[in-house]
Amino acid sequence: MGDFWLPEAASTMAPEVDSLFNFVTVVSTILLVGVVAAMLWFIYRYRRQNPGERPAPVEESKLLEVSWIVIPTILVLLVFNWGFKSFITQKTIPPDAYEIRVQARQWSWSFEYPNGVTSDTMYVPANEPVKTTMTSSSVLHSFFVPAFRVKQDVLPNRYSSVWFEATKKGTFDVFCTEYCGLDHSEMDAAVKVVSRERFDQWLKQAATPKDIPLPRLGEQLYSQQGCQGCHSLDGSDMVGPTWKGLYGKTGHEMSDGSTVTADENYLRTSILQAGDKVVQGYQNVMPSYASLSEKEVAGLVAFIKEQSDKAPPQN
Amino acid sequence: MSTTTHDAPVEDDVHHEEDTNYLNHESGIWSWLTTKDHKRIGVLYCISLAAVFFAAGVLALFMRAELSAPGETIMGNETYNQVFTMHGILMVFLFLVPSIPAILGNFVLPLQIGAKDVAFPKLNLASWYVYMAGAILTITALLTGGVDTGWTFYTPYSSTTGGGVLWMTAAIFVAGFASIFTGINFIVTVHKMRAPGMTWNRLPLFIWGLYATSIVQVLATPVIGITMMLLILEQTMQIGIFDPALGGDPVLFQHFFWFYSHPAVYIMILPAFGILSELIATFSRSRIFGYRAIALSSVAIAMLGFLVWGHHMFVSGQSAISSIVFSLITYLIGIPSGIKVFNWVATLYKGSIWLQTPMLYALSFLFLFTIGGFTGIMVGVLAVDVHLHDTYYVVAHFHYVMMGGSVVALLGGMHYWWPKITGRMYNETLAKIAAALVFVGFNLTFFPQLVLGSRGMPRRYANYADRFAGLHELSTYGSWVLGAGLFLILGYALWSLAYGEDAPANPWGATTLEWTNVAAIPDHHNFKRTPLVTRGPYDFHLADEVFGGGDGTALGDDVPRIPEPAPSAPTEENTAESASA
Repeated sequence: MGDFWLPEAASTMAPEVDSLFNFVTVVSTILLVGVVAAMLWFIYRYRRQNPGERPAPVEESKLLEVSWIVIPTILVLLVFNWGFKSFITQKTIPPDAYEIRVQARQWSWSFEYPNGVTSDTMYVPANEPVKTTMTSSSVLHSFFVPAFRVKQDVLPNRYSSVWFEATKKGTFDVFCTEYCGLDHSEMDAAVKVVSRERFDQWLKQAATPKDIPLPRLGEQLYSQQGCQGCHSLDGSDMVGPTWKGLYGKTGHEMSDGSTVTADENYLRTSILQAGDKVVQGYQNVMPSYASLSEKEVAGLVAFIKEQSDKAPPQN
Repeated sequence: MSTTTHDAPVEDDVHHEEDTNYLNHESGIWSWLTTKDHKRIGVLYCISLAAVFFAAGVLALFMRAELSAPGETIMGNETYNQVFTMHGILMVFLFLVPSIPAILGNFVLPLQIGAKDVAFPKLNLASWYVYMAGAILTITALLTGGVDTGWTFYTPYSSTTGGGVLWMTAAIFVAGFASIFTGINFIVTVHKMRAPGMTWNRLPLFIWGLYATSIVQVLATPVIGITMMLLILEQTMQIGIFDPALGGDPVLFQHFFWFYSHPAVYIMILPAFGILSELIATFSRSRIFGYRAIALSSVAIAMLGFLVWGHHMFVSGQSAISSIVFSLITYLIGIPSGIKVFNWVATLYKGSIWLQTPMLYALSFLFLFTIGGFTGIMVGVLAVDVHLHDTYYVVAHFHYVMMGGSVVALLGGMHYWWPKITGRMYNETLAKIAAALVFVGFNLTFFPQLVLGSRGMPRRYANYADRFAGLHELSTYGSWVLGAGLFLILGYALWSLAYGEDAPANPWGATTLEWTNVAAIPDHHNFKRTPLVTRGPYDFHLADEVFGGGDGTALGDDVPRIPEPAPSAPTEENTAESASA
């Protein structure tokens, strides 16, 4: 029955939540069947056979009334107690948990690892407790991994956390479950559970070497920082304008009616303070990326330049 | 209040056809717009609310159409977000909260307690005008860019999105006063204007439900008003209350919002409980089993309802201790609801059950509300709610309670009191078909959503992963069946207004005052003579004025039952009553 109702279970927490879910479902179904059966039997047995019928009043039974107060009370207290205990487990983060910082923004996730690697896909080692420290750049979001049975709102003004220990290798969904505007339903990510060895390997490989060419650094940031969630490279229209052919564009129309030339300074401003110049036809939703280093901004600008074959704009 | 009707000849009760009634004693639009008659105000509310329900229902059909397949089908994300927001706001604030009290409460409450009107008839009319002002502000919000915040207006999104949000919050602020006016009116009317002999233990359970609801309306509604006002102040004057960018706290908003909106759930369901008691009693012709338990549990629910708001916030970032306490209190409130269901089923025992349309709705309610209750227990379990929160499981749960409960009870109540309100019968066969369509369509729409939710489908998604497609498609088909049922009701209701058979004064053989002591279409002043109440509301075995002195076998289903004139109060008391009122 659990297979019908619940998704794949892939964390240590999942079997505990599932058995509680199944218990409540089974007891509820039994009671529902009982209530409906009694109702249907009475409807048939005491159906009106004569329009003038006036049945004698039924005496109330104290015993019956007390029993259907006491029995449900015992049942719900049992369920409360069980749910309370599991909740304490959910809320008690093991001290040795591996910490991943999660940044939520409209409408993408980014995951940052202790060595500085950031990624738009969450890699976690299997069979080890993992803790997330989450914050949002603007509005509320909520971090939900159905397979792990964990969920926690992500707030702009404080850190919130969940922990889990993945028990199955594979790829699972991360959903945003707090409504956050236009592309709320597109705000998903993947969590990849891999062995500790594979995880270490990935972490090492993903670490940005200090001496790679600027456009390659920009290319990595493009996916790690979640730029690809809103800006395409192939000219297709997403939440934000495409980067294809952007650099060097003249007479680029802004929402306030002004026009700009898409030169390096324009690109830099748009990365650091996107709200200053919003392109005509797009919403002002891009968060600030002021946390990027000077070199990273330069890398991104160089990468954006690569996406255009226009001549450099003349001043 | 006039006392002249006391002298009216007794025959008037019998030959009501020749009489004036509340519908024809004055005519013209102006007489309706300035009426202080609680029955006419109930009708005005009925027309307004039907329009809102229609609009919000059509939006729901559009939502289901968009969700019939993954990806974009008929609308983009932006439109979808506005559509689900307006569906929620219209259904909750402008339909469900006022619905039963404003339509049936207004019409039935004074009739059931033997009063000539509510305590403050002008305030009652003001309530409708204030509600209409709220409706106009809602339309303004739509014209100024619409609202895409969800009906919950969570900050900081609602502070940043712009559009018609400020107009919409102003609309909710204003419409709240309509609710408060109705609540005050009902509380005073029940306390001060009961007919002689109508003791608290003889109050029909619908009155107990409305009374409990009114307490919640008066105590809780100001909080949503203040919250909406704070939102407006924050945005117009940049005072940091909820928006972290200004130094506010978004979780504070959630506390304020749910402090009203959870009790609001009881504003929606308590009067539905009341209707259900009336229907079950009348159509099984037996006393409500555990009358006192049902009456007092309504009041208990109204009180405890103020202490459970935090169960909407288990994953919001509130402290674990708060979550644990709120979960525990949530269970305490589940028990009185359970008691009611058991009592209603027990009422059927050794009754005489007549499966007319209102009773079909009452039985649907028992099934649907029980599922709504059990899924409510499920989402109250702390550890399980972490998984289920903000998924379709929650969506399905509250539709089972709000639509399967409140709306189904309202439909049952509308069919039950339709003959009294309009003086016409509806087509029983079509009505039974519609009730079946609503029941089947409802389950087909929302049961798949329970499964979707527990499998991890988040709510408020315009688009979804392919693995959820099958159940979404099923749910969309269900919405068509449900829609067909509701449109059928609209159709035969309009037909009945024009061509329906004239209704007898007491077509169901009911024993409460609005059936036993009031003409088929009530008089402008409700009662010719103030009734004298000598028995409980569901004492069918004592209701000789309905069934005649003997066993009543002479009365067939088709024979209109015109009640014997019931005993009226002594004249001195009448005069005293009128003077004090």
